[in-house]
Order: sequence, then C-alpha cells, then structure tokens
Amino acid sequence: MANRLDVQRALANRLELVKAGLTRRDLIKMGLMTSAGVLIPKGGLTHAQTTSFGCFRGCDLGCSPQPAQVFVDPLPIPPQLPARTLSDPGLAPAPSICPNNAINPATGLPFEGRGQFNGALVPGSDCFQFFNQYPPQRYFVQRMRANTNFRITSDTRIPAQTIWGFNQGGSAASDVAVFPGPTIVTRYQQPWVVRRFNELPTQDQNGGFGVPEMSTHLHNFHSAPESDGGPCRWFFRGQYFDYYHAAQQAGFAFDFQPNGDVRESLSTLWYHDHRIEHTAENTYKGLVGFQFMFNQFDTGDEGTGFHLPSYPQFDIPLMLNDKLLDSTTGLICFDTFNFKGLIGDVQLVNGVIQPFLSVNKRRYRFRVLNAGPSRFYELFLTDPLSPGTVIPFWVIANDGNLLPTPLQVTSFRVGVAERYDIIIDFNQVKTLIGAHTTVRLENRLEQTDGQGPTCNIFPGGQGIYCLEFRIGSAVADGSVNPATHPQFYQLPSVITPRVTRNFVFDRSNGQWVINDRFAACTEMRFTVEQNTAENWNIINPRSDWQHPIHIHDEEHRILSRSNNGGHHSSLSGAVSSFSRGDCPFDGGGAGISTQFPGVPNVEVSRKDVTRLQQDETNLLFFRFRDFAGDYPMHCHNVVHEDHAMMLAFEVQPGVIDDNPNP
Amino acid sequence: MATMTRRNVLAAAGVTTVAGTTALLGDDKVTKQRYLFQNIPPRELIRQRHLPNVELVTMDGQKVHFYDDLVKDKRVVIQFMYTRCKDVCPMVTHHLVEVQRILHDRVGHDIFFYSISLSPEEDRPEDLKRFAEEHGAGPGWLFLTGEPNDILLLRKSLGFTYDDPVEDADRNNHSGMLRIGDEPLMRWATCQGGANPKWIASVIQNEADAPFKGAVNGIRQADPAVHKD
Repeated sequence: MANRLDVQRALANRLELVKAGLTRRDLIKMGLMTSAGVLIPKGGLTHAQTTSFGCFRGCDLGCSPQPAQVFVDPLPIPPQLPARTLSDPGLAPAPSICPNNAINPATGLPFEGRGQFNGALVPGSDCFQFFNQYPPQRYFVQRMRANTNFRITSDTRIPAQTIWGFNQGGSAASDVAVFPGPTIVTRYQQPWVVRRFNELPTQDQNGGFGVPEMSTHLHNFHSAPESDGGPCRWFFRGQYFDYYHAAQQAGFAFDFQPNGDVRESLSTLWYHDHRIEHTAENTYKGLVGFQFMFNQFDTGDEGTGFHLPSYPQFDIPLMLNDKLLDSTTGLICFDTFNFKGLIGDVQLVNGVIQPFLSVNKRRYRFRVLNAGPSRFYELFLTDPLSPGTVIPFWVIANDGNLLPTPLQVTSFRVGVAERYDIIIDFNQVKTLIGAHTTVRLENRLEQTDGQGPTCNIFPGGQGIYCLEFRIGSAVADGSVNPATHPQFYQLPSVITPRVTRNFVFDRSNGQWVINDRFAACTEMRFTVEQNTAENWNIINPRSDWQHPIHIHDEEHRILSRSNNGGHHSSLSGAVSSFSRGDCPFDGGGAGISTQFPGVPNVEVSRKDVTRLQQDETNLLFFRFRDFAGDYPMHCHNVVHEDHAMMLAFEVQPGVIDDNPNP
Repeated sequence: MATMTRRNVLAAAGVTTVAGTTALLGDDKVTKQRYLFQNIPPRELIRQRHLPNVELVTMDGQKVHFYDDLVKDKRVVIQFMYTRCKDVCPMVTHHLVEVQRILHDRVGHDIFFYSISLSPEEDRPEDLKRFAEEHGAGPGWLFLTGEPNDILLLRKSLGFTYDDPVEDADRNNHSGMLRIGDEPLMRWATCQGGANPKWIASVIQNEADAPFKGAVNGIRQADPAVHKD
C-alpha cells in the first residue's frame, strides 16, 4: 500500500513527465499509461509502489508491447463454417442418438467423449433428447488445434502468437485453427449436429497456460445438457464429441408444440470452451467463436422478414477481447495464479489489435460480444477529431434477443459474455461529423483490475479505442430504418412463479461462493420442477466486486434491479476500504424502465447474462420447459468462474424442491 | 529521480518496455532494444514469477528450498494455515486428511501435499509436527514454516493475497484455496479447501491424470521421468 511519500513522488513524477514534453500518446506507447489514460504503476509514477521503470513480473497491466501504429490492420471477419454432408469422412461413423463409446485402440478411450462426466465414462448416459422427433438436417465439423503462427498485428516486431482455436472442419494440416473461430450459421427448424474433434497439443506444449481437455458450450442456445457443453462434460485429446441441437424455440415440448414460441427466438450466440477450473485460460487462448441463428423474421436478408441488414455484407460480428503481452517474450500471457480477474492493455477486435473497417454510407448491424476474460465495457461512437460530438445509434438486441422495438442510445454497457446487436446508420453519422470521415468504437468505462469497473466514465476521446470505421461512399440500403419503430417480437408474458429462490454471490476466505458453498460437478444444489416458472434473486452484498451472472438452459428477464442500501463489502456489515461505490449503468440515453424498477430499457429483454452490479439485488424471472437434466449458473468473469463461483442445478419433471436458499 | 527530459525518459523506458516507434524517437538503437524479446521457456517464466526458491523448515526441522526441493518436477497441492487458527484451517486440514485417504498411496509418491504456516513467528517445527499428528496427516504431507518475509513472498507469489491491506492482514480471513500444480507440465489449478473432500480428490486426480489420457496422431503426453516411480 502506498504511503504519503509515494503518492507525493508519483505526483511529482507525473508533473516531470508533463514538463518533459511527453504527450499522452508518448506515455501510452511507452507503456507508462494505458490508453484509458491511467498511469500504470511503475517507478513511482502512480501511488502503487514498485522499484523502477521495469515491469514487475512481465505479464502486468501497462507492460504489454504495443504495435507502432493502430488502425492500420483491417478488421478480420471470421470465415463461415461450411456445412457438410453425412458422407463426409469427418462424420463417419454417423452421429447417433446415444454416444459412440466403443473403445478407440489408438487412444484407449471411447471414440466419442459424450457420455463422460467429469472425466469418467458413465455408460448409457447422455443420449440425445428429442433426436428422433427432430432429426438432424445439417452437419458441421470442427477441429480444435493449435495455430503457432497467428498474428494479432501486422507489426512484425511483435511476434507471431500460438493460439488454440477451431478450424473449418477439414482434416488436412492446411485447415488451420483461427481466432475467433469460424462463424456457424444455422436456422430455426433445421436441427443440426456439430462434431468437434479435440486435436490439441499435449499439456506440456501449452506455452504456460491452457489445458487440452475441452467442453464447447454454445452460449445461450436452448440445448439439452448432453449438447450444452457444460463445465463437467469435457473430453480428451483424440476424442470427438457430437453436439446435437433440436433447433426449436423454447416451449416446443409444452405450450408451443411442436416448434416453440417464436418470441423466444435467439440470434447472436457464441461458442467457447467451458472446462471446469480452466475456462479462463482456454477461452483466453482462443477457443471462442460466433454462431448466428436465423428464422423467418430475422432472415439474414434485408429484403425479407424484419428487413435487418443483410448477412454477411452488412451484418458483422465484433468480438472484443483484452490481452496482456509478456514484456519479456512479446507473447500473449495469462497468469494462472491470479484469482481476481485479468484486465489487459492490448485491445483486440476479432483477434487483431485495434483494427479498422471500411464501411459505406448506409445501415449496418454489428453483433458486439464481450468475450472477456474480465473487463466490462461501456461503448460509445467517437469522432476522434471532435470527441465531444454525441453520436447516437440503435440497440436492436440484448444477448442476441431482438428487443420489441429498436432503442436509440449513445452508449451501452456490456459485461463478459453479454452481446449487444446494434445498428449504426453511417449516412446519419456522416451528417453529424461533417467533413470528417472516421468514427471509432470507444470504451469509456474505466477498469483497472479484475474486480470490476470503477465509477469513472472517461470524456470522449480519452477511453480505449477499439475499432475505427472509415466511412466511404453511399450504396443502396434496403434495411429497415430503426427510427420508424419497427416491431420485432413482443416479450413473452411474465407469469406467477412457483417458487422464489435467493443466491448470494460472495467471497469467503478468499474463495468465491454462492450461498456460502463452492462449485462441484458432483453436487446438484436444487431441482426445478419442469414446466414451471421461478423467480431468482441474485444478490451481490459487496461494493467492491461486480459479476456478470450467466444461467444455462432457459433465458431470464430482469424484473428489478435494487440497491442493497449501503452495505459496503459484505452483508455482515464490515466496511472495506476498497469499496468503490455503487455506479450502475445509467441506461445509455435510452432511460430506465418505468415498469421494471431500476432496469435500463435496453435490458427490458430476454437475457442470459445479467451484470450483478456492486451492492445490488436483481430479481430474475425464468420458465423451465423443454429439457431435463443438469445445468450450471455461474459468474462469467471467467477467472471467478474457474475459482468456483458456480453451482449446478437440475430440471426434472414432478420433483418438488422449495428450498429458497439452495 | 533526476530531472527528466523527453529523451531520457523514453530511453529509460526503452530498457524494459518494448513499445515505441522509430518515428517517435528517431533513434534506431533504442527502438531495436525495445523489441528485442527473449525466448524464455514458459516453464521458466512461471518459476521466476511464482515459485521462489525460499528456504523453509519442515516439521521435522529439515531445511528445504521451496522450488528446488518441493515443487520442481513434482505434482503438488499447496495450502496456507497456522496452528492456532480456529476456523478455516482445521476444516481444510480435516478435508485434506480425507482427501489423502482417498488418494491413498499416491500422496508422497506422485502427489505431494504442503501446508505452509501463516504464522511463522509462532509456529515452530515442533508445533507443526504436533498439529500434523493431531489431525492425522499421513506421509507425503509436509508442514512448513520459515522466515516471515520469505513466507510473505511465497504467499504473494502463489496468489494467496488480498489487495485490501486490512483484509490481507486478517489471518482469520486467510485464503482457504488449494493450489494444485503439475510443475513440469505448466498446469496450475485451484480447488476450495472447504469443498467436499470427494470433490477435492477428484479434482486432484483429474489434474494429475487427464494430461496423459488420449492421443492425437499417436502423440501422447510423455510422462516426465519425475512422475515415474
């Protein structure tokens, strides 16, 4: 902890730097200041104490080598994963309702990893639910591999990186893994299977982090547990795993037979590793990708349905990741000894440091995903030559769920794993910025450690620029104008819950807990009666941490956000000097709901991740319908998740469990 | 610190940070220096940053070095405790005794347990020995003490600290985490000492055994000699 002398010295040093004529840009380039304008701790430059200009351990915030220039690399668009026919050699033998657990002599293990739970085969388990009713119509293959020559910048002074990622399904060595992985494009009522092969290197080739056992979660899809890619269903090198998805909207087996409630349609999903204890390092290593789900309304063609901008030309995924590069090796590094969360000082979009995208003067749909590991973002559009200009745009979907109608905003806040689909009309933007030709996607939310953001929103131009849009000529635009208030899906009704449960997300002796207990694959905390509704209070008693809470299987609604009223650090009342106050998202210009207390209008939506802000209680509403079996709820700050901020519950027919504090 | 000029600040930074541009500096030498990365094996970086070779004393009074003698080439489970701790330590110790029973003769053979005192000022080797015997800790499980500054360094290096100094100084609030590592394979995980012992044992077993399961194109994880009998 800094003493007064250190603070004085830091201030003096900062003044010296100013006197020396160093610009902010110089400081950033030197790694003495983050691009968010935060002086990083070294040499007494801030009040944190270190000994010299040197970086303390080489894998620390503010120490990463930066490319000479940013906004020089084009935004990479992940390839679309090709569909395959059943005759494809990668799909032999064909996917079957029960797992192919015959022993593969080459590995000594079952050919297929499905049917294993926490590393052990459970014979007869994990046959696909609904496989015969909704037989697969589309097939995909992916192979998880290392790519030892992956570039995050065209600046060759920063070395090529080794990532672990997904390839496009081919067995040839030339079909390399990419980060983000190929985008999977699927449609409702077209059930599909993805066969994933684990072809990762051996453990000792992990480069310092990463474990080669995989469970690929399709984040927020309405999937049965055997295909959900949950934390306990990981499989080994040399095995494959078939993920089957019935591709029907929620309610398909109950009140909306046979195809589900169209109002429960999902659109922007992502897939990522979920191996218990190791999710943070594995997703950070590159095992992440997008999946887009279309239907008769959200069609991917602006000439039909809701007339949303056409995929892929005007419908573009943006995956945000922050990384640390080791100052001694230049390589992406991850501290596996860190419990708090990892905040990086190298900002990637779609796997490249601060790229640019050339756009036309028309409307685009961007699917913005915060792929972690721990940072929260509040994203604005900024004219770098006139950073005070307010540039509005539209939110059309939250967590991949179309809102009832678009909402105009000037910013939105996105926790790890949340997605916001936005529409930017570059024709209007161009009018606002006059002769200027670029705007940038800027994160103005300050965050300096893995605990959560501070309350500080930087003025325009002083945050972290993620991506530059270069506005070119006008082209035809057949997409709907959000200003005309088009109607998408109405929200399904909220019904009376069968039971209300409470979940306190806290720390106990330096360990993450939910209701004072730890994660374990072997322990089901409670059972939800199938085809019922429940309310869950998720509670954060602390004002020094923030957690994005994700629940598998069914989506939820946020019925209220309420402040706990002055507790600072724990329900027991102990005051923490590290309290950072309550600083909820203010709605980004779209206001707070009048119907759902404290809930920003952009969150009056179906959700799968809810940011549990400091010192807050969120009341969530769920319906659990179609699938039976086990699912997790967990913090999606993946470092917290790996250190046990997780529980497992079950959905079963006819089981009554009224435990309010499971 | 001497009065800074723009030039000497940049040069000073150049020694240890690697960002910078030729255009900014007009000085190739400095620029090159900044991007001169070293090819240090990741295992060595983990050792340098997290596994200090501090001297410790076992409950039998034997001097050992943390990295060389306890961690290098080994699979380990590390926790912090102190003998007068009333709450979390007895529970975690009790759980580890049960875990040791489940893991049977692997402990001391290819998995090693280390309990390190948070109260080195008062925990003498004989106190630790008594604590180990009272709790029924078996062979392959060392209780360790040492110089307070060394233990603090070890605790920080292994990540068992809090940022909030008030929280960090409160021994009753000390971390109940178990650090589970396979040093040669660069595989580090955690488990919660308060969790169900059967679950803790399954995590330790999976951490130890999973890397050796499966093969891709005939390539298996080679068992480092240290894991063999």
